[in-house]
Amino acid sequence: MRTLADLEQAIEAVRTDDPVLAANELLAIGEEVFEHWITAKGGTPTDDSREGFRLLALHRQGTKGEPSFNACRETGRELAYYYNLITLDPGAVETTDRAAMMKMISSHLYLFISGKLQVAALGDFCCSSKPIRTADAQLQDPEGA
Amino acid sequence: MTMKDKYKKVAYYPGCALEGSGHSYNRSTKAVGKALGLDLVEVKNWNCCGAMEVKNVDPKLQTYLSSRVMSIAANEMDMDVVMAPCNGCYHNLKKAEHDLANDDDSAAVVDRLSKKAGHKTYESGQVETIHALDWIKDAIGEDGLRERVKNSLEGIKVANYYGCMYTRPRHIFPEKDQGNGSESTSKPHFMDDLLAAAGAENVDFPLKTACCGGAHTLSDSDTSTKLVLNILRAAKLSGADVIATECPTCHTGLEMHQIRAEKKYGEKVDVKILYFTQLLGMALGLKPRKVGVHENISKSMPLLKEKGLA
Repeated sequence: MRTLADLEQAIEAVRTDDPVLAANELLAIGEEVFEHWITAKGGTPTDDSREGFRLLALHRQGTKGEPSFNACRETGRELAYYYNLITLDPGAVETTDRAAMMKMISSHLYLFISGKLQVAALGDFCCSSKPIRTADAQLQDPEGA
Repeated sequence: MTMKDKYKKVAYYPGCALEGSGHSYNRSTKAVGKALGLDLVEVKNWNCCGAMEVKNVDPKLQTYLSSRVMSIAANEMDMDVVMAPCNGCYHNLKKAEHDLANDDDSAAVVDRLSKKAGHKTYESGQVETIHALDWIKDAIGEDGLRERVKNSLEGIKVANYYGCMYTRPRHIFPEKDQGNGSESTSKPHFMDDLLAAAGAENVDFPLKTACCGGAHTLSDSDTSTKLVLNILRAAKLSGADVIATECPTCHTGLEMHQIRAEKKYGEKVDVKILYFTQLLGMALGLKPRKVGVHENISKSMPLLKEKGLA
């Protein structure tokens, strides 16, 4: 599994002049990003698939016990949708633009999940800066007064 | 009474953001309501819904704060619908409604705090909370809107951005995903429907419910800027002139991080950001100033002039 920093660079490096190759690379990167989340939570990433995509099975696995993780459900589904658009109709006029859009969707998935990994103790249903604020408060007031 | 009649006069809960950074959303929502002949009665002496700050520290206190707003609307104003245009407020009132119906501990805390504060305890089901999108969609509808359009949005390509709190988590929005005519939590479309009725061309925008990084805007500004930059780039790639918003946190985040992205990463993405109510207001013949375009940070006047809206 590549590091998160490597994955960010890998997304940037994907070339869209071969859209089908780009779609396969981006889908694999998406799976790896989900794997990071699951591994960080102490799980073993599944090899199952849902609706034909391991990516969607990994999202579902990552959501268990973590409702706020559903905030990237549609981003994962859009990634799968664009993969289908590109690979099922590679000759379409829009294919290069679709690959560029898939790159942005991948980037969003990466940013969202890597951001959540930075602040592990999250509030319900949305991101929370609480752990950071709590850490700051402890630094400023070590007695807890 | 039909839904159309029911939504003609609603209790209006603007929430804190609409009195500050989201003032143009407040102004344009009221102006659109007036232009459509809808009656907004502001909730008396309303308080903060608990936002993210209270909810993350004490979720039951947030439930109480949201319940107080609904209690005033129901018990002191005799209203049965509360309209909240802010996604955060809308989400929190819906969450409070859900918790009060399903969690006895939350109901006990709300009852205790309500008695202490000296007002009637809100009982689950006393009011229906709706968003500004539901309000216009159900009280006027696309056909009604089409009939009232004086200045079509034709020629404007719009990426509709709903943000994350309008549809998540799904279990607090039982009225959504109910088939024909209802809103979808995975592919929301009410804003698309209304703006299309006003003549706009909606583009296919895959990040319409993606996170804008709003909650991290102070603690981790770089992640927020990158998330916003990605949303702006995706909107531009999809051909949009404008990102239409329905949440003051998303709107402000998009505007502020658009500037920050230019400063920090040297990337300027030329896409304008307007509240959907501002676009609808101009379609109804209102001047840009009347819907608060001058209060936005995003400078959209040249585009609006080019498209014949200003």
